[in-house]
Amino acid sequence: MKKGRFLEYGGQYVPETLMNAVNELEEAYEHYKNDPEFVNELEELYRNYAGRPSLLYYAEKMSKDLGGARIYLKREDLNHTGSHKINNVLGQVLLAKKMGKKRVIAETGAGQHGVATATAAALMGLECEIFMGKEDTDRQVLNVYRMELLGAKVHPVESGTQTLKDAVNETMREWTKRVEDTHYVLGSVMGPHPFPTIVRDFQKIIGKEIKEQLKLQEGRLPDAVIACVGGGSNAMGAFYEFIEDSSVQLIGCEAAGLGVDTKKNAATIANGTEGIFHGMKSLFCQDEYGQIAPVYSISAGLDYPGIGPEHAMLYKTGRASYVPITDEEAVRAFEYLSRTEGIIPAIESAHAVAYARILAPQMEKDKIIVINISGRGDKDVAAIARYRGVNIYE
Amino acid sequence: MNRIKKAFSNGKAFISFITGGDPDLETTKELILAMEEAGADLIEIGIPFSDPIAEGAVIQEANERALSSGCTTDKLFDAIHEIKEKVSVPLVFLTYINPIYTYGKERFFKRCVECGIDGIIVPDLPFEEKEELSQESSRYEVNLVSLIAPTSNERIRMIASQAEGFIYCVSSLGVTGVRTDIQTDITSMISMVREVTDTPCAIGFGISTPDQAKKFAALSDGAIVGSAIVKLVAQYGKESIEPVKTYVRDMKAAVSKA
Repeated sequence: MKKGRFLEYGGQYVPETLMNAVNELEEAYEHYKNDPEFVNELEELYRNYAGRPSLLYYAEKMSKDLGGARIYLKREDLNHTGSHKINNVLGQVLLAKKMGKKRVIAETGAGQHGVATATAAALMGLECEIFMGKEDTDRQVLNVYRMELLGAKVHPVESGTQTLKDAVNETMREWTKRVEDTHYVLGSVMGPHPFPTIVRDFQKIIGKEIKEQLKLQEGRLPDAVIACVGGGSNAMGAFYEFIEDSSVQLIGCEAAGLGVDTKKNAATIANGTEGIFHGMKSLFCQDEYGQIAPVYSISAGLDYPGIGPEHAMLYKTGRASYVPITDEEAVRAFEYLSRTEGIIPAIESAHAVAYARILAPQMEKDKIIVINISGRGDKDVAAIARYRGVNIYE
Repeated sequence: MNRIKKAFSNGKAFISFITGGDPDLETTKELILAMEEAGADLIEIGIPFSDPIAEGAVIQEANERALSSGCTTDKLFDAIHEIKEKVSVPLVFLTYINPIYTYGKERFFKRCVECGIDGIIVPDLPFEEKEELSQESSRYEVNLVSLIAPTSNERIRMIASQAEGFIYCVSSLGVTGVRTDIQTDITSMISMVREVTDTPCAIGFGISTPDQAKKFAALSDGAIVGSAIVKLVAQYGKESIEPVKTYVRDMKAAVSKA
């Protein structure tokens, strides 16, 4: 396989100005990933700062209520800063620091990746600037304020659709302006090589823990692992350890917004076609001329018109399947998990919960489903209230 | 001699850029003819893309205007085809890899030839990914123009040694747009290029004044100006033919003195 490729997907389609930076990053990563000191430092941060391992919780009430497979929740929402994003960010910011970078920049959709990046930058003493679609800064005001509290500068992006895709564009533009002392902390398993690999490696701890924990609790592998997919980092992290275990179904849930047949969705697998964008060959929501579609989802974090190249490969080879979940299904799942288990999931993660509600009753009682609860739902409470017609102040 | 090489054969070249379909295709056709008349030696035409990550605000907004006025790759090809016979300077498309890939590479280059397009510049297709287009581009003899940047360092020799048409030398870090001050050591970039090839080198990114154009043309084989022209198109819209003509004439005069 060619460098940085997952079948034909992946690659390094970035401006020449960035090529030395991505090559330098690849070299540094290849070195540090096998450096015992780096590995120890990162493990220490995971344990004593992020709060790993995260719990694997048996959702007894939900399992009973749905009357099928036994359901476990992987509680990435319990991590410091409230999502799986911290796994990747601690790794990348530590790497940036080792590389002698002075500043980190990042894009963010819902704000979780921005908050995580600002947190790690504060901890490790690096300058931090975050690019966030103007529309998302309005949807997620609390996260904007959080990032500022952490010492980051937040730039509302007013170009294009003013959402995640434009935040990525603007962060790439900023990177070309100050490439020598700046590391771009990419937030998902996307972008030019080596990012999809680096981010997956920093996230694969999720699946590794699921495997170990479930072995202790049930003495076997799960039958299905379900996770939400925007760019796809939490899903890739949850899936990776199970790719060789063919008995384990891997299911990604993508944002169908108002429905896959409407114009308002972000369902890349359902509606996307092959293209090359944001540094990678993969699947994208686009028109016949390759203009990237303005996508939509109630969840700012899934509101992305593409999918990471390794997911494109898993889809193409049939190793993983991907299902669309609408806003309405996600909101119902959000409310359901809150009431049933006392756990308020991120609206992103609620997409995975929604599919588990469909799948579990179809499975035998001795089967096991693991849902990756990628983040906590505090940030979404006001948005859900508004969706239900309740106007509350944040 | 191919047309691109020819553009550099009469002293220093002045290369002008506009975004196709901004504000509409009729104006694009008139602008191409006007720029040639005013002395442009090579004309770059941007195929509008929804997410032009190498562009600053000026050209980004031009892309948005063109797309919202209904410009598509096909319509732009048609427009160029209509004026093909009237144009003698080389025409080069600048666009991102996705519009080409999605259109179908074979089909894209075939149409380039039909429409008299001599080369293409793809800012998000670095040396390592050239293969994505190089087979088709060489089969149809459309030059795939390489870019070098201030961060390219040791990569310059590698890129230049395989360059075709001309080399687009990016003068500054960051995205396209007018700059008052350009700090990059262009002289050493160009001399590294010269070590391995005699393919002409033109400098772009940030150039807007006759003085800058003269200075950078003196260091290389030509100057490329985009944002400054696109700004005039933004300001005058359909009425931009005369202002652009005057501007190009002044810039060409400055470059000729280099």
